[in-house]
Amino acid sequence: MLEVTDVSVSFGGVHAVQDLSFQVNEGEIFSIMGPNGAGKTTVFNVISRFNDVDTGKISFEDEDITKVAPHVIARRGIARTFQNVELFDHETVLQNLLIGQHTRRQTMLLSEVFFLPKVRKQELEFRSKAEDIIDLLHLQSYREKTVDSLPFGIRKIVEVGRALCLDPKLLLLDEPSSGLNPEESEDLSFWIDDINEELGVTIMMVEHDMNLIGQVSNRVLVMADGRHVVTGTPSEVQSHPDVIDAYLGT
Amino acid sequence: MRFVLKTNYGRDIDIFKHRAHASWYFVLIAALLLAPLVLDVFYEKQLTELFIWAIAGAGLMLLTGYSGLVSLGHVAFMALGAYIHAILYSRGWPLFLSIPTSALITGGIGVLIGVASLRMTGIYLAIATLAFAMIVEKVIAHWPALTGGHSGFRVDDPAMFGYSLDSSTAYYYTCLTALVLVFFGVINLLRSPTGRSFIAVRDSEISAQAMGVNLLQTKTLAFALSAGLTGLAGALYAHRIGFLFPDAFTIMTSIMLLMLVVVGGLGSLHGVIFGAFFITIVPQIIAIARDWLPTGIAQSGGLEPLVFGGVLILFLVFEPLGIYGRWVKIRLFFSQFPLYRKKTFLRQKSYLKTERVH
Repeated sequence: MLEVTDVSVSFGGVHAVQDLSFQVNEGEIFSIMGPNGAGKTTVFNVISRFNDVDTGKISFEDEDITKVAPHVIARRGIARTFQNVELFDHETVLQNLLIGQHTRRQTMLLSEVFFLPKVRKQELEFRSKAEDIIDLLHLQSYREKTVDSLPFGIRKIVEVGRALCLDPKLLLLDEPSSGLNPEESEDLSFWIDDINEELGVTIMMVEHDMNLIGQVSNRVLVMADGRHVVTGTPSEVQSHPDVIDAYLGT
Repeated sequence: MRFVLKTNYGRDIDIFKHRAHASWYFVLIAALLLAPLVLDVFYEKQLTELFIWAIAGAGLMLLTGYSGLVSLGHVAFMALGAYIHAILYSRGWPLFLSIPTSALITGGIGVLIGVASLRMTGIYLAIATLAFAMIVEKVIAHWPALTGGHSGFRVDDPAMFGYSLDSSTAYYYTCLTALVLVFFGVINLLRSPTGRSFIAVRDSEISAQAMGVNLLQTKTLAFALSAGLTGLAGALYAHRIGFLFPDAFTIMTSIMLLMLVVVGGLGSLHGVIFGAFFITIVPQIIAIARDWLPTGIAQSGGLEPLVFGGVLILFLVFEPLGIYGRWVKIRLFFSQFPLYRKKTFLRQKSYLKTERVH
């Protein structure tokens, strides 16, 4: 579904990612792990086109997305969350979820100025979709709260919800469990499973929490210093000597 | 306290949230419609000016309050709107064509600034727009063949379909109509995807893009709409002052507009009205106060900027959400009396925000 071929990215003299290749298959949960500075987040930023690649190619559903504009990525069906949460802070949870549906917008400016019936109809559709997501993630009690008044754990969930509002084919989760307490992490692992199985969304995530990775992922890619170390099932990877090397040094 | 029972999602989309809400606005509109019957000409003209400021304010609010882009150059759009309309009107265009045309042309010029704004944020954008205002002012001053230059440009008396709108009452209704239409359009826009994309760009450009919002398109549109509305206000203002000259549109007007949106309350349309009220009434209060002050102070020219500047600082320090923010608190105080807690509006500490792309 997603194919990354020989991608290299450098920032000045820092080689953040070097000759990385991997592919994500439809329907799976694919994790990337690695020590700090391994280039995991850069991989995400390259896929969502916030950073340019120096060399290499990225294709999604057999179409080259290496050069498209960042906002087009969302329209192709790739949604993402951010490590430190990037929500629309001054708006309510509901508004955030509604913004998430921007890619499905059908109405033009002029019809919106007069709020023609079709705009209202579209608003109602957006709203019921947002309500579905609220139900799925149990956000009912936060619906009308502004985001900047919510605790961090809830914000992370809201961000996942907002990404789901895009109806994505591929969901990129950047450290979904960071900042969550163990109980919240556990809930998260169930939701990730639900999203994957019930909504049929392919998931790719960067994660440090080995428990979470072990519970949900089908395959794990380990990176170190911008390079590919090993790809395999969680249990294979965990005991692989190169991985232990990367984390503990030799 | 009022509890609104919502039985369908449409209730959240409606402009009026409940019947009492709607009836208050009905009362307000009725009062404004009947006002000319009881007010004398001076107050009528003041209210007309308030409406014009509110239209321009709605334009700037769309840009600064909702899209997070600061502009110090809005006086230029006002001047452009005023001159374009006055010139077209003097060449025999009918009023109902020349006002929208001037707003459209101004909006088109706004597009150019919007494209440039993609590469600038914050203070840099403010400076660039300021430069734009300077350029427009100079062009107007040094193009006497078209604009009359420093000797000014006489605006023909407004008339439509053979009826003169020159009386202060007729013009009052003209501006009130324009204001209501503008607000209707802006409210609609803000409750539809376009308005949400503005807010998205304001709060986080990076995640707006991740949600599929086209930054260039959104910022350009925000600038175009903002410039267009300010141009419309300028066109109406042209008849209000009757005679155009470059010094009528100085940087001071831009600052007044910025002040309107900040003092009124960034990110709220109520704030526009409050702000417009504020900037029309304060000069009057100062004029009255001059009679009571010692002559040394009363005669000094800097009194008005001093008061405006002082009030702006006080607002930024004590009530960054402006008059509207205060109004929300007062309303809550009464609706929850005696259980209101001061800390309700205390912001939780926000979390680390780094500059890097996450």
